[in-house]
Amino acid sequence: MTPFRSHTGTAVPLRRRDVDTDQIIPARFCTNPARTGFAGGLFADWRAEPGFVLNDPRHRAATVLVAGESFGTGSSREAAVWALLDYGFRVVVAPSYGDIFRANSLMNGLVTVTAPAPVVDRLQRLSEAGHAEVTVDLERRELRAPGIVHRFPFDADWRDRLLNGLDPIAATLRHEAEIAAYERARRPTPRTTEPRMTHAAL
Amino acid sequence: MAETLAGKIWRTHTVRSGGAGDDLLYIDLQLLHEVNSPQAFDGLRAAGRRVRRPELTVGTEDHTTPTRSVHALDPDPARRRQRSLMAANCAEFGIPLHRLGDPSQGIVHVIGPELGLVRPGMTIVCCDSHTTTLGAFGALAFGIGTSHSEHVLATQTLPIRRPKDMAVVVDGRLPAGVTAKDLVLAVIARTGVAAGHGHVVEYRGQAVADLSMEGRMTLCNMAIEMGARAGLVAPDEVTAAYLGDATADDEAYWRELRTDPGARFDQEVRVSAAGLRPYVSWGTNPGQSVPIDGRVPDPAALADPGLRQAAERALRYMGLRAGTAVRDIAVDVVFLGSCTNARIEDLRAAAEVLAGRKVAAGVRMVVVPGSARVRRQAVREGLDRVFAAAGADFRAAPGCSMCVALGEDRLEPGERAASTTNRNFEGRQGTGARTHLVSPPVAAATAVAGTLAAPSDL
Ligand code: SF4
Repeated sequence: MTPFRSHTGTAVPLRRRDVDTDQIIPARFCTNPARTGFAGGLFADWRAEPGFVLNDPRHRAATVLVAGESFGTGSSREAAVWALLDYGFRVVVAPSYGDIFRANSLMNGLVTVTAPAPVVDRLQRLSEAGHAEVTVDLERRELRAPGIVHRFPFDADWRDRLLNGLDPIAATLRHEAEIAAYERARRPTPRTTEPRMTHAAL
Repeated sequence: MAETLAGKIWRTHTVRSGGAGDDLLYIDLQLLHEVNSPQAFDGLRAAGRRVRRPELTVGTEDHTTPTRSVHALDPDPARRRQRSLMAANCAEFGIPLHRLGDPSQGIVHVIGPELGLVRPGMTIVCCDSHTTTLGAFGALAFGIGTSHSEHVLATQTLPIRRPKDMAVVVDGRLPAGVTAKDLVLAVIARTGVAAGHGHVVEYRGQAVADLSMEGRMTLCNMAIEMGARAGLVAPDEVTAAYLGDATADDEAYWRELRTDPGARFDQEVRVSAAGLRPYVSWGTNPGQSVPIDGRVPDPAALADPGLRQAAERALRYMGLRAGTAVRDIAVDVVFLGSCTNARIEDLRAAAEVLAGRKVAAGVRMVVVPGSARVRRQAVREGLDRVFAAAGADFRAAPGCSMCVALGEDRLEPGERAASTTNRNFEGRQGTGARTHLVSPPVAAATAVAGTLAAPSDL
């Protein structure tokens, strides 16, 4: 994982709530078996609409996406995160996230900052007015923009992993002995030998 | 201390407690499908890692498979490549795989229970958000992304924070003609699509206990549509009967698998089953649903500006006007399928409505069974002949089909469907497609009427 300490970039306001991952990357782009090459699919159907905010030339270089409540709901497709990263985003700021999207973002080093709706609204207004430079400092867990200093919550272990670019699987494998001990003590998973349904077994 | 069912499963699967952070959770079973998984295997190879417990891992093909024939050559090379990568990866790492044409192939969430893999008290993951379906068995089952899938392949564990507990209590009994699908749409219409974030939802109450295993699967399937990490129903006699004799040896164990009296839920929603009617979605998320005798709501009546703006956009996308009676909405396509509603009970319910009737002129009805087993059973019961006589297209092979429009089956731009699926998101069933989520009986009645209808309207 690429380390993330602090990032300064311009913000783009996505004034929509409950943005689902089918919008972030429509399913038809998900037959790509790699982890890269998704930038063209990012918000593909919305980008086909002329008024969509990412089509605004002022926001071309944006690296911070500022979205409404419950961003990234719906499917588990990690391509939603890969597409945001491929397009150039390093940070998303929103009041809340879909659980799977947020876990996927951490696994890939896309920093998801949680900020209350009024802070998100102020950031969106700043970027609409063209004053959109935002710094997201993971070390201090602080988001800074003109007139805004927001301390955001971030899990300590995940902060550590992102700051140092640690591989989460390697981190877990350090506890291999505990996993093996659990497996030895574990009640074996029984299986239903005969498949049953409420209708006659087939 | 009084514990919730989710709490008990969590505790007994915690390999290492993370305090306020992530616990390391042991995973009893991982299911895989052909989309979302090649990158996980590439990651393993790049790091020189093996699959720790291939025997606790099972794969299937479902998202992209053709449904007209198991023999047809898929014209799309990207889909073919995805499936051949899945086969090669499963072979290389020793993971059993049910390919198209295999008698146990089908939608991943449908075949897990059929294969006897899903049992009360387990932890189950799959790189698919509707893994919540399997909570119907009192198992803690949830969707994960590809990197987490790779993590489970390599370690059989997942670093994850303990979710909060939410109860959805459904008092009373569902009226005749009201299904688990209607119930779950009614719940999401009330809570919204984000209420469950960070929670495991345990469905409780008389109306839940009354549901068959199929109905419970439908209910838990859509727990993700209210944002929940997982859905759960405590195992009981209905579960025992479904699982059959093989459970007898550990009955005592799973009878403990219930929420203790006095256990605390972080959130509770109470719903009365008695007044519920069939529900239909009008918008572009499952929370935008109303009873079938209702009208398309007026966004101006919504106080929350974000919700109002979302409703306005949904109406534009759906090509609907506020105030339109739901029953006046005409459809082009009816789709009976998906992990929500393509089990045998769903097919029976639709066939019962279609028997002796015809699909309306100008309406296409497509029926895609959830698994090869479901299809065989449907044929055994003669449901295929009912579908054919009504003019519905009963497909030869199971799969996700029109639910996600990844394979050949999809809606054309602007086409409107009544669909027994779980997501009415923009573009979900094809670019520009318009989806109304419905139950199987409503799907069948709509096919006959040509407009959104309940069986009682025919
Ligand atoms: S049927 Fe639809 S929701 Fe279910 S697994 Fe397939 S694509 Fe996902």
